[in-house]
Amino acid sequence: MVAKRIIPCLDVKEGRTVKGVNFVGLQDVGDAVELGRMYARQGADELVYLDISATVEGRNTFTSLVERIASNINIPFTVGGGISTIDDAARLLDAGADKISINSAAVRNPQLIDEIASKYGSQFVVLAVDAKQIDGVWRITTHGGRQLTEKELFSWAREGQERGAGELLFTSMDHDGTRNGYPCDTFAALASELSIPIIASGGAGSVGDIADVLSKGKADAALAASIFHYGEITVEALKRELREQNIKVRL
Amino acid sequence: MIAIVDYDTGNLRSVCNALDRIGAEYCVTDNHEIIKAADKVLLPGVGEASSAMQKLSERGLCEVIKGLKQPVLGICIGMQLMCRSSEEGNARCLGIFDAEVRRFNPSPADGVKVPHMGWNEIHNLQSPLFKGIDDGAFVYFVHSFAADVCGGTIATSCNGREFAAAINKDNFYGAQFHPEKSGAVGECILKNFIEL
Repeated sequence: MVAKRIIPCLDVKEGRTVKGVNFVGLQDVGDAVELGRMYARQGADELVYLDISATVEGRNTFTSLVERIASNINIPFTVGGGISTIDDAARLLDAGADKISINSAAVRNPQLIDEIASKYGSQFVVLAVDAKQIDGVWRITTHGGRQLTEKELFSWAREGQERGAGELLFTSMDHDGTRNGYPCDTFAALASELSIPIIASGGAGSVGDIADVLSKGKADAALAASIFHYGEITVEALKRELREQNIKVRL
Repeated sequence: MIAIVDYDTGNLRSVCNALDRIGAEYCVTDNHEIIKAADKVLLPGVGEASSAMQKLSERGLCEVIKGLKQPVLGICIGMQLMCRSSEEGNARCLGIFDAEVRRFNPSPADGVKVPHMGWNEIHNLQSPLFKGIDDGAFVYFVHSFAADVCGGTIATSCNGREFAAAINKDNFYGAQFHPEKSGAVGECILKNFIEL
């Protein structure tokens, strides 16, 4: 059986990572390559780099950063943020990204999933979905949760899989940033409906939360930012604790 | 010099980057003479089997590859193309390895996902390719189809069913996983290949 994956997520603005404390031995926590290398050394299974730049210059800087990441990091990495056309995807593939994640653009234009997957393969396409529960229904949101759409989580996830997404990255906007854990029942229901791997994001406050979403929630991977960036736990220590709880991880 | 066979199936960059990191010299080429004269040959690839076979064939590379005498390593689709046939697009492949490539059956209740994506263990290691690698080491896989365990299997792994994670016949080697993305273990395997 494949191991459960632990994926640190790094936010990048104008080519620099924006979160992170001073780790021992790191010259520059703002350097996305150096921070990524440190996580890889600690045993991260993959990395996600999210471009949160708002400018064209920022986007271009990100592309050259992706080239540097690809030359320096020996584990797979996904890039996301602002990918809205197949040309954006092609540019990042050429720069060396292993996968891209698409979110709002896929909601606006679901055909984008088909286009990218048929050209570059499903393994290249991570469908990121942000949802919140309204009157008991999980509704898809865009723009970081600010815009509510008519789409419903389960039908959108199935549609994304059918259109060719290779993985689903699900963030509950009700849990993101709360550090109160993940909606494990919803994750488990998604896992029973989908054949593609599911990455859980948003809400991890403790090792126990991550263990729960990987076991009870049946998620294939957990993505986290703050618990790593603020040095609360290393990737290695997290994985050792997960293994003690009989969760299969790569150590 | 290592020749990386260029047959227009997506991203060769990660293989090049990995060879740069271990300091190996290589060229990316579809030139028959350069491939034949190389010390080692790498056949990478992502994509779909039948169209990948067609691209190899269009460039006249099928016979060139089958006739090579130096160590050849196929990675992922590259390994699948070295098998007898693939269910993906009903492709007839190069027939170097006596194995069928079949799709995984997803079984969400048992945690069997398709694509098989992520780090999985390799077992039954039987080749200098795995010198210094422990049984049960983790490597990175991304695939929906896999070769059945066959004669010449030098590593196995499991995703719902056991499959050949690596195969060897004579000078030909295939790895279903991506050594170029498998951290230190992958780099060790690539170095071992270069030292064959």
